[in-house]
Amino acid sequence: MRNFFAFLSGGLFGAGLLVAGMVDTKKVQGWLDVFGDWDPTLAFVMGGAVSVMFFVWIFAKRRETSMLGSPMPGPFPRLVDRNLVLGSLLFGAGWGLAGLCPGPAMGSLSFNGWEGWLFLIAMGVGMALAPRAKAWLSVLDRSTLEVPPCENGTKETPATSATRGA
Amino acid sequence: MHQDWIWGLVGGLMIGAGAGLFLLVNGRIMGASGIIGGLVDGSGRETVSERVAFLGGLIAVPPLLVPLYTTVDTHMTSSVWVIVAAGLMVGLGTRIANGCTSGHGVCGISRFSLRGIVATAFYLLGGALVLVIFRHFLGVI
Repeated sequence: MRNFFAFLSGGLFGAGLLVAGMVDTKKVQGWLDVFGDWDPTLAFVMGGAVSVMFFVWIFAKRRETSMLGSPMPGPFPRLVDRNLVLGSLLFGAGWGLAGLCPGPAMGSLSFNGWEGWLFLIAMGVGMALAPRAKAWLSVLDRSTLEVPPCENGTKETPATSATRGA
Repeated sequence: MHQDWIWGLVGGLMIGAGAGLFLLVNGRIMGASGIIGGLVDGSGRETVSERVAFLGGLIAVPPLLVPLYTTVDTHMTSSVWVIVAAGLMVGLGTRIANGCTSGHGVCGISRFSLRGIVATAFYLLGGALVLVIFRHFLGVI
């Protein structure tokens, strides 16, 4: 049952992307190209999808479980951190370069030629590398920003920590 | 050209319906990068069948509608380096930021999530900058 509705959701998503013209990389790049031949279509697509979801969330937030009985998603992380900003910038750059994001890349796969497959493979490689990239970013964090941790968690007097440092 | 926005709106409503169905019925966030990414890095091991079913619909349904149009041109670039660089950046970026246009954009903005709004602002910025640099200055895309 879950799989049936998952297939249906994916199908609606894909059909919507096609109807909206979002499988056309020219329209997506046209939206991002604010200094060129600007194409506002994407704003209408986003507006339509967000307005439906606005009403869906009103119902969803009142529910303890989904209609099939599984827990509703959340609680969601609230922290706006560096990964969110850097990752989004990087994603946006790639999106602008080819005019494809993950949804339309899948939706147009069957009629997008070898180019679509190559993009999907490269995207998969990028996704597989992401955990490493995140680990690397957090190492960078620790060495520059974090205050050295207090050992053993015991309260130290200034005298003992000074002797240890020496 | 001038009726593109109507079809954009209609398509957008369909995308919202897909996301709403997935949330209310399956209790899941419809984020394309998260659904694919969970299969790629193994973090979605317990929900493989649901993810595959979703992607199955996403891949299989659009071509059924293609015959309704006289032409469906994706205007996809044939430049191998552009495709590979773009694919790597999209894959890395969406997984580092934990979402893409569907997750942070459609599902995040609609519940006024600060993370969703900030992510959307920055991927739009990233995209616009790339268009300025690579199209208007370098003329390569």
